[in-house]
Amino acid sequence: MKPDIVVIGAGTVGAAIAYGLVKRGHRVMMLDGGDRDFRAANANFGLVWAQGKGMDMPAYQQLTNGASDQWGDFCAALTDEVSIDLQYERPGGLTFCLGEAEYEQRRTKLLRLHNQLGADERDWEMLDRDAVAKLLPRVRLGADVAGASFGRRDGHVNPLHLLMALHSAFIRRGGVLRSGATVRAIRAEGSGFIVDFGTEKVSAGKVVIAAGLGSKPLAAQIGLDVPVRPQRGQIMVTERLEPFLPMPTNGLRQTGEGTVMFGATHEEVGFDTETTGKAAVYLSSRAVRTFPELADVNLVRQWSGLRIMTPDGYPIYAQSEAHPGAFVTLCHSGVTLAPVHADAVADAIASDGLPPSFDVFHHRRFDVPQTA
Amino acid sequence: MFRKLHEPDPQRVTVHIDGVPTLAEPGESVAAVLLRQSEDWSRLTPVSGSRRAPYCMMGVCFDCLAEIDGVASVQTCLKPVCEGMKIKRQRGKRRIGA
Repeated sequence: MKPDIVVIGAGTVGAAIAYGLVKRGHRVMMLDGGDRDFRAANANFGLVWAQGKGMDMPAYQQLTNGASDQWGDFCAALTDEVSIDLQYERPGGLTFCLGEAEYEQRRTKLLRLHNQLGADERDWEMLDRDAVAKLLPRVRLGADVAGASFGRRDGHVNPLHLLMALHSAFIRRGGVLRSGATVRAIRAEGSGFIVDFGTEKVSAGKVVIAAGLGSKPLAAQIGLDVPVRPQRGQIMVTERLEPFLPMPTNGLRQTGEGTVMFGATHEEVGFDTETTGKAAVYLSSRAVRTFPELADVNLVRQWSGLRIMTPDGYPIYAQSEAHPGAFVTLCHSGVTLAPVHADAVADAIASDGLPPSFDVFHHRRFDVPQTA
Repeated sequence: MFRKLHEPDPQRVTVHIDGVPTLAEPGESVAAVLLRQSEDWSRLTPVSGSRRAPYCMMGVCFDCLAEIDGVASVQTCLKPVCEGMKIKRQRGKRRIGA
């Protein structure tokens, strides 16, 4: 196939963009790396989450809220094309507060975010312990539970099914997906690019770098110097249980099959994907403090993933000025932002480039000189 | 499904399987006792509810799970019988708090 656009990276970000591009009628080749690459998409917790996000960047709050509001239609359209159940639900979400200090800190944080955004309506409220207990009649709350914040935009999805569905829909619409195709080099040539992935080279008019932690050296080859580092998150999962938790919480959710996931840590350990006893203690003790009846439940698996972390934690969407057909798209919230990637970002790449509303996400925002 | 080749030990114990008193020999595993019953299953799987019975008899397959004395998801091949033990076949997903 001679593609119009090559998408480097077939994780949740790359696959959503590639899907959006084939929906718009473009010939797209998506290149997936190797089985031993870090592959954050396979380690994800599955939240489609809005509350608490975007401190000091109201544009990110808006992006997230918009994505959250588009998720239902995005899910319906995707499920129509492929017979994969994404297990997507939007019942609202809880962030549990253990102890009064956490409760007050949470309230303060959400109020500050609300003021920064300047919206008319609140999409969240603080619930005291009794109010939380009423929402969760099938489970007993631990003694330390002071309450929770409830965000009405929040939900969850099966992140592995999402990735599978994006790949299936992409292929069904004529996209070409190559696996084990780690890109070594990108070179500008004429009005387009040559992408070298091991045994083959492919040329295309446009290239999108959505390769997670592998993006930095590739972006450098097309004139973009993107600051990105790994941040480890560990997750644990239990055996399947009778349904007791009808809405996701930021640290614990019950999946469609009945398993309960505990997550996640935020560790600065470089490119280390080990799992640790320390994290197991932290995650399971917090889960048991929240829901003591989980104490005897069997844990089945513990894993880690490396988040794609920028200096402020917010996405980088940028177009190369030296080579305008080249883009880089990086974030650690690829699940929540999937509708934006499949729609607005795909639009921008397919047409005239990123619109001014995306300027705030360019990585030049990190070039602020230090004051003396 | 299975039957003993020898006569039961006079030291035998009584366990209860789904409320039914059942003879067992000291030292045998709960899984072995379950395999000697006339039902050919001892568990219903959590997603599709299909029938399973103990398999590897050495603690690695997790097919022998049952509830013992109020605790669910116990690997019965790793549990020796004792007098008065209450065994229940596990049907579907475990409940929390149980």
